[in-house]
Amino acid sequence: MGLRTDLAKVRGLGSAKEGSAHWWSQRVTAVALVPLIFWFVASIISLVGAQQDVVQAWVGTPWVSVLLILLCVAMFHHLQLGMQVILEDYIHVEWLKIASVMLIKFLAVAFLLASIFAILKIAFLG
Amino acid sequence: MTTGQRPLSPHLQIYKPEFTSALSIFHRITGVGLALGTLLLVYWLFTLAGTGDAFVKMQTFWASVFGRVILFAWSYALFYHLCNGVRHLFWDAGIGFDIAAARRSAIVVVVLSLLMTLGAWAWGLSLLGGS
Repeated sequence: MGLRTDLAKVRGLGSAKEGSAHWWSQRVTAVALVPLIFWFVASIISLVGAQQDVVQAWVGTPWVSVLLILLCVAMFHHLQLGMQVILEDYIHVEWLKIASVMLIKFLAVAFLLASIFAILKIAFLG
Repeated sequence: MTTGQRPLSPHLQIYKPEFTSALSIFHRITGVGLALGTLLLVYWLFTLAGTGDAFVKMQTFWASVFGRVILFAWSYALFYHLCNGVRHLFWDAGIGFDIAAARRSAIVVVVLSLLMTLGAWAWGLSLLGGS
């Protein structure tokens, strides 16, 4: 027991002034994903049963390549933010929680780069 | 520190499951499912970028009965997460936050996501000539 007040004990141990950044990013990516997903699903349906070169030609169309990369950026960022919340809620062993949140962030970046690489390869090399 | 008689957060073990709480947990479940689905999406992009027959093999798999069952579940998860996500965005804007409105929008989400899924499949199958 010290002479410090309850308020003094907790002051500075809070959100580090960026508690809403995670929440806000999740909303921004969600809004971005709404039109992107509608466009992507409609495109995939119209390509149903198409030959590989037809799908490649579609991916290689400049505006399609750009929209696909935008989709991947928003999707993997949104995915990583959502999974982080779930992992933080359900894993109660501290080191395991930190390790799995780190892992999901590493994986999200790796798979995002992989998908962008594949899109650009199709766009530039056919 | 005095905490007084603050309300406790609900203990899920003794909490009566509600229609709205079921939708809430389903949002998370579909989120995890869609996250796993992105692995297939990246793999699909890689087979598309490649020169081997992996793309054709994957296309054959998706055309099979098992493949179509997975695709159907995937498409419903996507439309559900999309519709319920928009519901969340309305809540974030302070709209429809009372219990009666939340129950009504829950029904809208379930019905609309199902209609979107069936619509998408009707469109896709009609392009295949009904096969």
